[in-house]
Amino acid sequence: MRVKCHNKRKKKLTNSLLTRKNEDLLFHTFDETLRFQLEELLSVGKSAGADLIEVFLEKSDNISLMAEQDDISNVSPSFGIGAGIRVFLGKKDGFVSTNDLSKEGLLFALNQALGMLGLSTGSHNSFKFDGLTDFKDFASKKNGWLDESPDIKESTSKLLEATISLSNKNKNLQVRRASYSRNWQEVLVAASDGVFARDIRLHQTVGINVIAQKDKNRSTSARRYGSSGNPNDLRNWDIEKSVCDLNESAQKMLYAGYVEAGQMPVVLANKFGGVIFHEACGHLLETTQIERGTSPFHNSLNKQIANKAVSAVDEGLSNHAFGSLSMDDEGMEPQNTLLIENGVLKKFLSDRAGSLRTGHPRTGSGRRQNFSFAAASRMRNTYIKQGNFSPDELIKSVDNGLYCKSMGGGSVGPTGQFNFSVEEGYLIKNGRLDKPVKGATLIGEAKEILPRISMCANDLDLAAGFCGSVSGSVNVTVGQPHIKVDSITVGGR
Amino acid sequence: MNNQITSQKSGDLDPLFLSNLLEKYSTEQSIKKWDMGASSSRDLSVQVQNGKAKQLKGSQRNSLTLRVWNENNQVGITSTSDMTNKGIKKAMRGAVEASLFGNKIESPEFSPLAKTELEEDNSKISSPHTIDDLLIILKKAEEQLIDTHPAIDSVPYNGLNESYMERIYINSEGANRHMKLSQSSIYLYAKAQEKDKKPRSAGAVKINSELNDLDINLCIKETSDKLISHLNYKPIETNKYLVCFSPEAFLQLLNAFSSMFNARSILDGLSLMSKDSLGNQISVSTLDISDEGLHPENVGAFSFDGEGTPTQNIKIVSEGKLINLLHSEATARKFGVKPTGHAGLGAKVSVSPDWLVVRKNQTEEDKDESLGVKKTNKEFILIDELSAIHSGVKASQGSFSLPFDGWVVNKGKKTSIEAATVAGDILKVLDSIVKIENEQIVTHQGISPHVWVENVSITGEA
Repeated sequence: MRVKCHNKRKKKLTNSLLTRKNEDLLFHTFDETLRFQLEELLSVGKSAGADLIEVFLEKSDNISLMAEQDDISNVSPSFGIGAGIRVFLGKKDGFVSTNDLSKEGLLFALNQALGMLGLSTGSHNSFKFDGLTDFKDFASKKNGWLDESPDIKESTSKLLEATISLSNKNKNLQVRRASYSRNWQEVLVAASDGVFARDIRLHQTVGINVIAQKDKNRSTSARRYGSSGNPNDLRNWDIEKSVCDLNESAQKMLYAGYVEAGQMPVVLANKFGGVIFHEACGHLLETTQIERGTSPFHNSLNKQIANKAVSAVDEGLSNHAFGSLSMDDEGMEPQNTLLIENGVLKKFLSDRAGSLRTGHPRTGSGRRQNFSFAAASRMRNTYIKQGNFSPDELIKSVDNGLYCKSMGGGSVGPTGQFNFSVEEGYLIKNGRLDKPVKGATLIGEAKEILPRISMCANDLDLAAGFCGSVSGSVNVTVGQPHIKVDSITVGGR
Repeated sequence: MNNQITSQKSGDLDPLFLSNLLEKYSTEQSIKKWDMGASSSRDLSVQVQNGKAKQLKGSQRNSLTLRVWNENNQVGITSTSDMTNKGIKKAMRGAVEASLFGNKIESPEFSPLAKTELEEDNSKISSPHTIDDLLIILKKAEEQLIDTHPAIDSVPYNGLNESYMERIYINSEGANRHMKLSQSSIYLYAKAQEKDKKPRSAGAVKINSELNDLDINLCIKETSDKLISHLNYKPIETNKYLVCFSPEAFLQLLNAFSSMFNARSILDGLSLMSKDSLGNQISVSTLDISDEGLHPENVGAFSFDGEGTPTQNIKIVSEGKLINLLHSEATARKFGVKPTGHAGLGAKVSVSPDWLVVRKNQTEEDKDESLGVKKTNKEFILIDELSAIHSGVKASQGSFSLPFDGWVVNKGKKTSIEAATVAGDILKVLDSIVKIENEQIVTHQGISPHVWVENVSITGEA
């Protein structure tokens, strides 16, 4: 065994990262000057006999705003600091999070993580640690993002512009709400395999929702938009377009009747229609699921799992897309991962622990909500690729069915059974859109539905969303072109 | 394993220290009125897979939410997890800045009950266990569960957790609330598969303030019994059925529509109810609903809410009539009543229920007294658990369409339903209750008996 460490000083933690700088932590950027302190911390872990130690440091500066009717009802800034320390030994791992970044706090967390695996510091006299590699600073051009983002005054003005515009469009809107959140996060990852990287993330979302009421009829409609890495996103928000779209939806659904339950062909619109693929298939391709043995696709690599019309990808690269990132939360650059090609399963999404436990190579998909979660394999921008049909051709191919223009949320069970609510639906009669319907739920199992996606249109588009799973809520985009499912169970009245 | 690894660590919140610090920073910012809620938690949790440790987690977390009133009585708020002096100072500056955009028309005030005497604090603080202790317990539970039936092949989702929590509320008028508690929980979610059949899964959760009192055997038994009963399944036809909601399922449904009882939602136009609904009949007259945060079975309850108001037991529905709402300080002021202890802490304060308790009103008779989950011979659907509540409920419209786990029960024989959804309107459901059983069952989200409802729409795949 060889002992090697960049820091030639005694392997005893200094106070610099952990106390003196702690007082300034919120106000200064993470940078290479933390190298020695981090190497000391990692050395302590290695000296206990751990296979790998990873330190994740995070600072956050968030704001959320809400406008209701014609007033600002909530302005909530929040700041955060924290660290997540993860120790691997064999295929096991111990993870401890803390927002006590004092020397005592970080050492306590490290010792706790080591102790979970039966390790204690200093028990191995010789160990191999080559020190951290060259610092990868993915944030070097992002340091100004926080200042470049709109301030509270500008943000609240935009929200009020939206709710007032809604009022002007439609007097039947009993409730008009607009919300904005800006999440700024600076992260630094250092691991005993040498990873040493920093990034800054900026995510902004705008949501608008209304309740329309006329006599005893009520309808609710909502829209959400989001971006990453674009400080000007709120400034460029096309309020008029969003308001018209939302208002039209609320008006159409105000008098919609309940859909009749049954099996029928369904055409799903593009953008957020992709939430079904995300939930019903995407999650089953994460090694987080594969290692539990619950995914019906865990033995299906290079096998036909979907109709030949279906090719799908997950990537973290699309410019300003909500799920894009420069590095994942384990310091790896994201990839464009081809999941399904012409119906054949090609790859799983893998993180560090998933790769260790399943053997599937990492794809830059290790993600977490914040320092308090261990990273897990998670989707980024996930979508079905577009085909050659026009959306009209899909509608025309259905005699009696359902057109799902706007999807609500949904969920998927551990073995692939899923359900999704339809926010805005229309019956399809003889190849044409008919009356609006409400109360529809799409129910099925991924393994049975994927072969029934028979047509993909040529209008791929993405939509921002939040995905909750084992490592918390992360920003993602879902997407697809218009697609046709030959038969699916529609829940209704 | 290192037996010294426990979930406790010194570093408790110090209300006096925080109060003095905030007094100093508020004076610097010319702020005369402020309040603050802070919380601290220490957790240990373990997960296992095939008899081995899978992931072991620990956390030490603190957070603080600070509210200030500026000279125009506008309220600003900021939250932070940076509990250093500079972090708290920055939070004060952030709150002052946010107050410039505070609502000028409707501002929260201090709760008039923030300094009243609290109920005696009977919360138990358990002795901490080591990570080794937790692992041994969970490994044994996993093994015992798998051994209950040859078709059960794994427990893919499982966890055992021990937590210590602390919360304080202080304000510039001298309110000072402080409480600590401990909580342990176990969840077991098992998977089973028989040849040429689909995989089936089921789970259970148990919570207690003491790890030693956690009913792990019952968690194993409930998970196993449920899972075995789902092995033989069949699709059902889409139709209207007589449905018996399990206590868990009925509470899930009520919680999903709790905006009916929520004064904040009513004022915001997001509820099915209005200001004038108090006194109205909203269900059959056999139904009583209360919110009982102080119920001894409500493990993990704090004795005060986000505004420092004492937690209280509130009767919400009596003989089917809506008689009370859940309030924060601001909503209570609008309705001319006292706060009920259900508030969060914010510039606009949220309201939420603590622990719903459903009872049969003993002075009223059920429409069909003959029904009973253990004795009914006619066919009915027993709904055990609802899914996808967040997406399948339109709380402001009253409609729901939710997948569920359950059985067709005929002459006492239970057959699992392959996949189905239940849909309806909550007010219609409450008005179509034909029987509320007498036996109240404690769940991890409240207390309820089995509740029978007629003519419920079920979508199946037959």
